[in-house]
Amino acid sequence: MNKIFEVPLYPYTRSADQDAAKPAHHRVVIVGAGPVGLAAAIDLAQQGIEALVLDENDKVSFGSRAICFAKRTLEIADRLGCGAPLVDKGVQWNIGKVFFDDRKVYDFNLLPEDGHKRPAFINLQQYYFEDYLVKRAREIEAGGAPLELRGGNKVTDVTDHGDHVELHVDTPDGPYAITADYIIACDGAASPIRSMMGLDFVGRVFEDNFLIADVIMEADFPTERWFWFDPPFNKGQSALLHKQPDGVWRIDLQLGWDIDKAEEKKPENVIPRLKAMLGDDVEFSLEWVSIYTFQCRRMERFRHNRVIFAGDSAHQVSPFGARGANSGLQDTDNLIWKLKLVLEGRAPDALLDSYDAERIHGADENILNSSRSTDFITPKSEISRVFRDAVLDLSEHHAFARPLVNSGRLSMPCTYDGSPLNSADALASGPARTRPGSPCPDVALGNAFLLDSLGGCFTLLTVNADAPDSLTEGGIAVTRLALSTLDDTTGALAARYLGDAPSAVYLIRPDQHVAARFATFDEAAIRAAIRRATGLEMQA
Amino acid sequence: MSTDLNLAPNMDRPDDVYADLLAAHEGLNKAESDALNARLILILMNHIGRREVLAQALAAARAPVGD
Ligand SMILES: Cc1cc2nc3c(=O)[nH]c(=O)nc-3n(C[C@H](O)[C@H](O)[C@H](O)COP(=O)(O)OP(=O)(O)OC[C@H]3O[C@@H](n4cnc5c(N)ncnc54)[C@H](O)[C@@H]3O)c2cc1C
Repeated sequence: MNKIFEVPLYPYTRSADQDAAKPAHHRVVIVGAGPVGLAAAIDLAQQGIEALVLDENDKVSFGSRAICFAKRTLEIADRLGCGAPLVDKGVQWNIGKVFFDDRKVYDFNLLPEDGHKRPAFINLQQYYFEDYLVKRAREIEAGGAPLELRGGNKVTDVTDHGDHVELHVDTPDGPYAITADYIIACDGAASPIRSMMGLDFVGRVFEDNFLIADVIMEADFPTERWFWFDPPFNKGQSALLHKQPDGVWRIDLQLGWDIDKAEEKKPENVIPRLKAMLGDDVEFSLEWVSIYTFQCRRMERFRHNRVIFAGDSAHQVSPFGARGANSGLQDTDNLIWKLKLVLEGRAPDALLDSYDAERIHGADENILNSSRSTDFITPKSEISRVFRDAVLDLSEHHAFARPLVNSGRLSMPCTYDGSPLNSADALASGPARTRPGSPCPDVALGNAFLLDSLGGCFTLLTVNADAPDSLTEGGIAVTRLALSTLDDTTGALAARYLGDAPSAVYLIRPDQHVAARFATFDEAAIRAAIRRATGLEMQA
Repeated sequence: MSTDLNLAPNMDRPDDVYADLLAAHEGLNKAESDALNARLILILMNHIGRREVLAQALAAARAPVGD
């Protein structure tokens, strides 16, 4: 049987554009069909905006890549229409164990908060994640959504002409050209488009190597995350064991800086290492073995007029904390509604600059978190190792030290504090977690969930407050979602959206982030908040 | 002020406390002593808890000049 990553899912076929007399024009061209490009395409096409995806390849991701997908990503996937298959296939886990030297120092339970439709995390191979996105793309395409996926199409040149972009594309049948209103460059960490445009990508390389292996085994290791610092089977280094679907296990073994990569990757060197870790009697076979060096870096700006970078092309992080694909999905979640409004002439071009402001804020937060985890796992100096080991020693006996142990922090969605789209917080004593800029936390509403009810448009969420059922400001239609704390016996709605306030009115963006909040409906204030949230206050 | 680091004499029986510190290191080699110091710092940091106070302590330790 062929593995999913061996099957061409969007093989090259000749398109009419290749025989056109002059370059065909498209609204949005997405370069790259990784997780980020696919999410962008589904989001656009689902909302009726033509999306053409070009990828030089025709298969899903190859090799050991993302495995941890966070709740926010699953919520975004729900909006895209493919959250359920991801969660059904994924492995859920809540228990983690931390080992130091030859002993377990403590374990933890993520204790997910109640009232969320989606778990804190699932483990799922990136190739499945992409496969479900491709399936969803095919499904909406069959339903008439304007989405096209062209494999075997390699972008070789990009020129921004100010009011449109020209692309040159190479195919097995030779080159052709097309034009587009906008390009979303989702062409990965090595982004050829970034290089073509001569743009920078600066940051930090961590002087360390990690052997990343995906092994297939029928073992009774529990569905938990196990992390070892300085274990007997990998002295002075670290190791990670994590379960994926289909009996596949992810193993990370830190190797240090001065190694011979080609030598370390040979099965005769890999297998004894894994046996030392898993035990001599455990049968396993290797799915993938790679050696990675990690880095944290980002572009100075993600938006370059009509070429907009998203995902790994714009920012790259070390994988501790699983922030790569997860943050890339937040990029497109942030970008697509803005691009749609701008393309439809319902918001000024300046709205796209807020993508830059908000997602750079997000990237910096992710880079900070990933760098700190990497520094804990790979101490940079003798004294940082002394403190690191002291934390681990103390964590065995004293709870206070456990929050300091950092083998990767859960990827949490970013709150866009200070965003130009936020209105000042006007809900005195409202909860901090739903202040303007925050992603809306989910709440169970009987058998339904709040986030599913928000949809992908501007929403006026009222809690114990009156307001009109709909409202239009400029070209922006806002629909009301009326809730009452009487409908929620768990108290979660009040805790998450009211705090000590008796009532609240939230203006929620299409990406489910809070734009503004008030105690009661004030029409003038809401209209001003809609204008601000759509970039009308951003023009200098 | 309670949000400020106390740099005035505050130890009960300073000679005894100082001797306790040295006694705790008795018989340890350099690596073991370094590890003890690191654990001690972390324990005391947790006891103090507040970031502003710890920041003042770090600054005072880095540049031990009074005003
Ligand atoms: C070991 C490891 C573990 C990881 N673990 C996690 C994790 O647990 N969670 C997480 O969220 N992230 C994780 N990541 C990061 C994650 O894999 C990436 O962030 C994610 O793949 C980025 O997606 P992307 O769509 O931006 O780019 P990519 O997935 O790199 O896709 C880029 C696409 O662009 C195409 N392309 C490139 N150039 C051209 C061109 N000129 N023309 C046409 N097409 C082109 C490529 O063929 C490719 O399909 C991990 C990464 C590694 C290496």
